[in-house]
Amino acid sequence: MTGHIGNRPGDETVAEFVETTKRFGPVLAADRLSFRIRRGEFLSFLGPSGCGKTTALRMLAGFEAPTEGQILIDGQEMGATPAYRRPVNMVFQQYALFPHMTVAQNIGYGLRQRRPRMAKAEIAAKVENALAMVRLTEFGNRRIWEMSGGQQQRVALARAIVNEPKILLLDEPMAALDAKLRAEMQRELLDLQRSLGITFVLVTHDQEEALSMSDRICIMGKGRIAQIGTPLELYDQPANRYVADFVGRANILSGQIVSREGGMARIALPGGRDVVVRAPAGDTRKDVEIAVRPEALGLASASDQIPDGHTVLPAEVTRRTFLGDHIEYLLRSADLGPLQVLVPRQAERAMRGHDVGARLHVIWAPGAGLMLGAED
Amino acid sequence: MRLYATAVYLFLYLPIGIIALFSLSAGRSATQLQGISIKWYGRALNNPFVMEALWTSVKVAFVSAVLASVVGTMAALALTGMKGRLRAGFDLMVHVAVMIPGIVIGIATLIALVSVFDIVNPWLEAASGYRLSMGFGSLVAAHGLFTMSLVVLIVRGRMEALDRALIEASNDLGAGSLATFRQVTLPLIAPAILAGFLLSFTFSFDDFIIAFFVAGSETTLPIYVFSSIRRGVTPEINAIGTMVMVASLGLLIVAQLMLRRGDARRQ
Ligand SMILES: Nc1ncnc2c1ncn2[C@@H]1O[C@H](COP(=O)(O)OP(=O)(O)OP(=O)(O)O)[C@@H](O)[C@H]1O
Ligand SMILES: [Mg+2]
Repeated sequence: MTGHIGNRPGDETVAEFVETTKRFGPVLAADRLSFRIRRGEFLSFLGPSGCGKTTALRMLAGFEAPTEGQILIDGQEMGATPAYRRPVNMVFQQYALFPHMTVAQNIGYGLRQRRPRMAKAEIAAKVENALAMVRLTEFGNRRIWEMSGGQQQRVALARAIVNEPKILLLDEPMAALDAKLRAEMQRELLDLQRSLGITFVLVTHDQEEALSMSDRICIMGKGRIAQIGTPLELYDQPANRYVADFVGRANILSGQIVSREGGMARIALPGGRDVVVRAPAGDTRKDVEIAVRPEALGLASASDQIPDGHTVLPAEVTRRTFLGDHIEYLLRSADLGPLQVLVPRQAERAMRGHDVGARLHVIWAPGAGLMLGAED
Repeated sequence: MRLYATAVYLFLYLPIGIIALFSLSAGRSATQLQGISIKWYGRALNNPFVMEALWTSVKVAFVSAVLASVVGTMAALALTGMKGRLRAGFDLMVHVAVMIPGIVIGIATLIALVSVFDIVNPWLEAASGYRLSMGFGSLVAAHGLFTMSLVVLIVRGRMEALDRALIEASNDLGAGSLATFRQVTLPLIAPAILAGFLLSFTFSFDDFIIAFFVAGSETTLPIYVFSSIRRGVTPEINAIGTMVMVASLGLLIVAQLMLRRGDARRQ
């Protein structure tokens, strides 16, 4: 679950949402969204069902008009620009391929709408090129219903990219595919994005898909943006509890600030023990929540030597799950409730007594955890 | 139960079967089979009055069906984009229009047209020396009006089954609403429109009741058959009846196939 590391797109803005709000009657589907999309980046919208991901994408495509606020593409206000005049193209969730046209006719559809008209030979050449790009060269004359789900998906992709849009929009394009095909398509999609350099905006509620493919992820909840950042930033520095919970797994505890020093804060946990966590500056609250990833915690036998400055939390093992190279522990602390700890197999060998019911020490190194910002 | 079903079907189809059978009679009686021949078919097809009535019927059916298909399709498209109470009102009117008995439509159309003619004619005559009267135009109007509701129902059904994402995909790829209609919507609803056209044609071609009221001096085939019966039923009438029935059934089957094909395409 590491982010894609490659040729980072520049800082140039290709599109921008400015306080964009969308209401459907009483439903607030998008609530003052403000963010920039960088040219050439792979941006994902991630969030649970109904949080407004599709709405945001459809406003960018021009299928829904914002109730308030603006959307800019290449610096131009898109307010009154209809979908058919916007320099973006969409890959629909159910593909929406035209059933009365062949594969090649589907792909050439966008080019045939160009005014002034594009020469027939030029259209044919571009269609051929797009077919090759999605590895469907032999299938141009096929009917849509003669294609498998994965092939239809590639036709939909070719039909969009052949128009060389400034932004390619994808609404859960992989949702209808089985796991194996999905992994394959994800790789192809990423390769395509890198080689074409087109900006991709992907909507998904598959966390791993977003983490593994995106340059940046926009985490949404209830119509609002919870945090936008690289996969690494979201994982290591979740802005609030919602993000910490949603991206990866986290132990979330509440405590009180005892003291602050540089980028760190000393937090008193219930039961009287202190931990030192990373803390964003400028937060003046006393009662706070902190998050710590299961793999950031350590586990030791009660008799083991603990390094200076580390905090020890006694807890009892309630479940132990073998995950291959890691062992997942669920423990219960009398003061803090349930805790998850992920221990590398190597480290576990050194421990004595780790079965269910064993009393162990959870080790919290300084800076392993993070103080969470307030949710707005 | 089986006996009962058999009785019902016999009751339904026996008279039709008898007409078809007796149309093959070689003799002069319409109610007795005297040898087998197809001479009455020849007689019917060579009768100038029959052919003229047939031609009138075909013209009326064709023009009214074209009218109904075009206007009905436009109405169906408008209805699809409509919501709420207005939509419910129009839906109700379309359904009622299909259910009203032909005789009511006949009388109502007659009265409506006569009143309009009474108002328009003095003014029109003064201006151009021409008068409106019952005839081809009123037949087309009455049939077209009735069959339009059939087209609305059929085309609207297809429109509703059409995936909205296809329209959006077309918009997204750079086609405005007119271009989208021409390249996506129309090809996909064409089988339904054609089916509506064929049903309208068949209805108009077969209709006697409405035509009887508004035909004026025109004679359609059903009107011709009706008036000949008053001079006695001959095997010639049976032959005409059989031919009309076969033609109508054929068109209905084609219409049904069109609707099926449209369904298959959508999958
Ligand atoms: N056309 C519409 N009319 C009324 N309400 C709508 C419409 N489209 C979306 N909504 C509502 O707006 C909210 C956000 O919907 P949206 O489709 O953007 O969610 P989503 O994040 O894409 O969810 P999912 O993951 O289920 O696709 C939901 O509460 C939804 O019911
Ligand atoms: Mg959605």
